[in-house]
Amino acid sequence: MNIDSDTVVIRAHGLTRRFGELVAVDRVDLQVPARRVYGFLGPNGSGKSTTIRMLCGLLTPSAGEIEVLGLRIPAEAEALRRHIGYMTQRFSLFEDLTVRENLEFLAAVQGVPKAKTKARIGELLGQYHFGDRQKQLAGTLSGGQKQRLALAGAVIHEPELLFLDEPTSAVDPESRRDFWEKLFELADAGTTLLVSTHLMDEAERCHRLAILNLGVLVADGTPAELTGRLQGRTFIVEAADPRRAQRLIVDVPGVLSVAQVGNNLRVLTAERGDAAESAAGIGQRIDEVLAHAGQTAQTTATPANLEDVFVAATRNDAKHAVQAA
Amino acid sequence: MNGRRLWAIVIKELRQLRRDRITLAMVVVVPVIQLVLFGYAINLNLRGLDAGIVDQANTAGSRALVMDMLATDVISATQKADSPQQLMAMIRRGRISIGIVVPPDFERRRIDGRPVAQVLVDGSDTTVQNAAAQLAQTPLDSALPDTRAPATSTPPLGRISVVSFYNPQRVSAINIVPGLIGVILTMTMVLFTAIAIVRERERGNMELLIATPLTSTELMVGKVLPYIVIGLLQTTVILALGIWLFDVPIRGSVLDVYLATGLLILANLSLGLLISTRAQSQFQAMQMTFFVFLPSILLSGFMFPFAGMPRPAQWFAEILPLTHFLRLIRGVMLRGASLGEMRADVLALVAFVAVMMTAAILRFHKRLD
Repeated sequence: MNIDSDTVVIRAHGLTRRFGELVAVDRVDLQVPARRVYGFLGPNGSGKSTTIRMLCGLLTPSAGEIEVLGLRIPAEAEALRRHIGYMTQRFSLFEDLTVRENLEFLAAVQGVPKAKTKARIGELLGQYHFGDRQKQLAGTLSGGQKQRLALAGAVIHEPELLFLDEPTSAVDPESRRDFWEKLFELADAGTTLLVSTHLMDEAERCHRLAILNLGVLVADGTPAELTGRLQGRTFIVEAADPRRAQRLIVDVPGVLSVAQVGNNLRVLTAERGDAAESAAGIGQRIDEVLAHAGQTAQTTATPANLEDVFVAATRNDAKHAVQAA
Repeated sequence: MNGRRLWAIVIKELRQLRRDRITLAMVVVVPVIQLVLFGYAINLNLRGLDAGIVDQANTAGSRALVMDMLATDVISATQKADSPQQLMAMIRRGRISIGIVVPPDFERRRIDGRPVAQVLVDGSDTTVQNAAAQLAQTPLDSALPDTRAPATSTPPLGRISVVSFYNPQRVSAINIVPGLIGVILTMTMVLFTAIAIVRERERGNMELLIATPLTSTELMVGKVLPYIVIGLLQTTVILALGIWLFDVPIRGSVLDVYLATGLLILANLSLGLLISTRAQSQFQAMQMTFFVFLPSILLSGFMFPFAGMPRPAQWFAEILPLTHFLRLIRGVMLRGASLGEMRADVLALVAFVAVMMTAAILRFHKRLD
């Protein structure tokens, strides 16, 4: 199939999933473009896995419509399975089979043509650095190796669309970087990837991003778009006594969150203060409050990051959490 | 159904089994231990045996004798026959366990003090033999005055002769070993597949499998096939040990033995699969297996004679594959019957497999909800 990058491969509208009383995913609208790495960012329990499972037809939505690669899900989920790869959050290959046996099994099950199977497995063993480990039992691999094997298994039939559910949550930073290199190689080769994560630095690598909180899609766009929307609303406060300064700043009207980063405080403000002053005005107010309390401190504007985006999108809960802490 | 995907599952199961030492040990160790335990230790007594009666004398005295025998409740006359040959054929087909023959010269024999009647026994079940011995002690003179000898001085023993077919020395092991094949297979086979699906769910493999084009049927059939081979291996171990340790005969065809066993294996495997689609954890699967295993042992006729059980228990036992298998395997191994002669039990097993397998496939959804 020839898909160019402005084709939308996943379309979801009003996607909802309830588990009894709990609404795990609440009216989510999504559009995922082809040949891109699309990120799902959100804390644990925000509905990332549930959404992914609904998109690949493993869970039936309570409400809403899904179209993936032009197929209606869940009605045409069986037809979709030939075109997707799915890497589960937990390692789901067989720990009591060897690396090669696992790939052989998946090749057969995924319908890789028999004549090509051997060559394809050899290719994957090379690409994913398993040349000398093909006879090792998968259960004895390290965390990073398991993730690599799981990815090799998920792409064995060269799917057009790849779902990865928190693929690197149990992996060291070095392996994570390698892993992301592989993901971009796949995107370059024409695969669309949907990756969920709760790590901000991973989210920053994605071409596009959707932020989920408590089952609700709170923001989406490219990382630059998302951080750009917070232009001027983030400050670094260097204070002699950051703990005390934090307690003072939290109560300044218009301040959404204050987080300590080393000896500094990172402050996120609302777009407009209570008195309709600009964000910069709120910054000045912080200075005044600190000076009034006799704190030596300096407030400077700083560019926003995805964590700020996340906090801004989920601010109501964020402020309480900070105060409680 | 796609042959390549099915085969992939079979190969995967075999490879996993090869690395699973405990399960492999179960395949051989369980039969050996059970065979030795049951073979040496168990000796089993009873009521309501199906019987056929041929009264060729048909005199007041012979009818009274037959009535007295029936009055003991040990037998109940369920079949009519005209000749001892017919009775033997009924025993062979498993229709009756006991045949009673009163010869035409009953009155003369009574006067001469020779044996007056014959009890034919299906010796493939020891407990039936015991019952026959009890029957043979029925006093001859309860209703009619014996002209020659007064009641008090006539020893009733020996006046009715007992002829036991198929197991003349009454060796328990001979009855136990064929049944034991069934018991061991019920225990191990159900368990193997009962944990098969749950284990993959627990280990997280299921989410991967259901996201592939694999169908429910391929997955279910692929999981059953390797264990048929394992089950037949177990059968061979038990048969070999049975012949070597206890001289258990195989009077029917060996092919019939394996065919009957194959049916039981399939029945147990498909039952196990159904359990597996239901159970939430391996522990639960084991509990459910035990739930099936216990009634199988107690009600199938392995431990206690089927005929001695109350009606509802018998109805229930008819659902259990082991009940039908015991009839088949005792028929083939001890009475030299062929499967064709016991079609009803063969059909019952086939139906059981079909129902369980279909239910397992229908119950298994390629969904997480």
